[in-house]
Amino acid sequence: MNKTKIKITNLYKIFGNNSKKYISSVRDGMSKDELLSKYNHVLGLDNINLNVEDQSIQVVMGLSGSGKSTLIRHINRLIEPTEGTVTVDGEDITKLNKMDLLEFRRNKTGMVFQRFALFPHQNILDNVQFGLSIKNLDKSDSIERAMYWIEKVGLTGFENKFPNQLSGGMQQRVGLARALATDPDILLMDEAFSALDPLIRTDMQDQLLELQKNLKKTIMFITHDLDEALKLGDRISILNGGKLVQDGNAEEILLKPADQYVANFVKDVNRIKVLKIKTILDQGGERANSNPTVNVNDSIENCLPAILESQSGLNVIDEKNNFVGSVSKNKIIDILQKSKD
Amino acid sequence: MFRKSVDGAYRNFSREYGDTIEAVFDPVLYFLVWFEKLLQNSPWPLIILAILILVYLGSRSIYLTIGSLIALLLIGYFGMWEDTMSTVSIIGVCTFMSIGLGIPIGIAMSNSDRARAAITPILDVMQTMPSFVYLIPVVMLLGIGKIPGLLAVIIYAIPPIIRLTDLGIREVDKEVLEAADAFGANKAQKLFRVQLPLALPTIFAGINQTIMMALAMVVIASMIGVKGLGQPVLKAITNQYFTMGLLNGLAIVALAIIFDRVSQSFGKRLQQHRSGSRE
Repeated sequence: MNKTKIKITNLYKIFGNNSKKYISSVRDGMSKDELLSKYNHVLGLDNINLNVEDQSIQVVMGLSGSGKSTLIRHINRLIEPTEGTVTVDGEDITKLNKMDLLEFRRNKTGMVFQRFALFPHQNILDNVQFGLSIKNLDKSDSIERAMYWIEKVGLTGFENKFPNQLSGGMQQRVGLARALATDPDILLMDEAFSALDPLIRTDMQDQLLELQKNLKKTIMFITHDLDEALKLGDRISILNGGKLVQDGNAEEILLKPADQYVANFVKDVNRIKVLKIKTILDQGGERANSNPTVNVNDSIENCLPAILESQSGLNVIDEKNNFVGSVSKNKIIDILQKSKD
Repeated sequence: MFRKSVDGAYRNFSREYGDTIEAVFDPVLYFLVWFEKLLQNSPWPLIILAILILVYLGSRSIYLTIGSLIALLLIGYFGMWEDTMSTVSIIGVCTFMSIGLGIPIGIAMSNSDRARAAITPILDVMQTMPSFVYLIPVVMLLGIGKIPGLLAVIIYAIPPIIRLTDLGIREVDKEVLEAADAFGANKAQKLFRVQLPLALPTIFAGINQTIMMALAMVVIASMIGVKGLGQPVLKAITNQYFTMGLLNGLAIVALAIIFDRVSQSFGKRLQQHRSGSRE
């Protein structure tokens, strides 16, 4: 378990001219609907508590209007909280003065936007350089760093093009390179891949995971797409109406949904694709030599061929080839049946 | 009663401070006179060449450049060269001053809704009030001559550049601004690196409008002693010299077309990054 990088405590956001006035009634349990109909204020975030682990990908998921974009904008304070604290490395972001906030945004966070938000009047090189030029870094140094990231995202040769000459996927690579160029600890990705078509999206997801292996950034990733969340997220938080309804890893979300909302959300997910062997493992026991052997980190789907040729189940080994337990054939059939309903 | 007291107070004010205020405008006057003399005293082929180079650089159109050459030669042939140069100099100075004053005011307006609410009605008055009305206090204060003419032209011509600077900056995509914020850009960085460059095509449309309105004002300004193509037009009206009025009128039209086409195609070239076909 890594240390906590971002800690969100009792965070409330009420949109409206007089938001402070209603904070205590919201804390006492006034509902979102009541606040809206009686006082014409919108409850954006309702008592959010969340710890984001260092160097992990934290996915925040919810339908539109659930407050996920509002939440991510509290990390770099593009939106001011009504109440509560957000700390990064133990420092309370909500207390920063203007200058310190600018410094924080310049050095600690990078952000990628749903509709790219590139600067249309600047070429790709200048777009990627933007964060560096804001910091008034040495010009040749910042060009070098920008070129490094342009190469990393596979856009070498496009430095002098303008954003609208690039396809959506390429534009978002520029967005990613721009966010990474300042080498921030935290990457905020607001529905970064939602505007891309499915093939490109998968491609970008793979690229992000590949980059993350070496970069080890703390990534906060907003999405409304559960498949994307399950693929990327080390942990997944689900928001509904500004409330955090569940926070857990993929298995917990799938197998133990906290309420009906989450259950509906995960209903259509292809479980055998997402669930790994380790989640249904019976630890210990004896290795049955007549059975095939699989890895704990394989998905159930990947093990289906092995199941077909097995007698009674599977032997399971860990990364170091040590036998850790077994999975019976009946258990897998059970899961297959459940994922059908 | 009301009229008398206001008029009296203003007359006293202008007697008291007229000279001081006139002195404030002295540098502008020197510059204007210097510019006019430069245009009138340099050999005309040199001036034509300079204008044609500017036309070509601005528009990148060979047809427009040839058209300008013909128009300028005709102006010279019909003996309107000196008046035309006077007009060009006053339009030039007015445009520079309008840009210098108008863009900062436009930026201030885009920055605060309160400033916008305060300035917009003033601009409305400046654009709709008959020009003769504000010529009266200007003449009372500064007498007849170049400076009051200059002021009258600027008052009439500056509103579009202010409005369009404000509009251009307000129209900048909110998401792009948010991105600039997210990377820690401060206000000045946002203004000079994002807002102004993206507003530039709109601002340029404002500059174009300002030049056109300044040209339209030239005839009226000639009533208070501004030299240039307006004076022969005025003379032609009072004496019913139809040909003289027509020729000078056509010279104004020719200038207007040259200024308009050049500034428009220059403004369009600024927008090229939007069209997506750079090569």
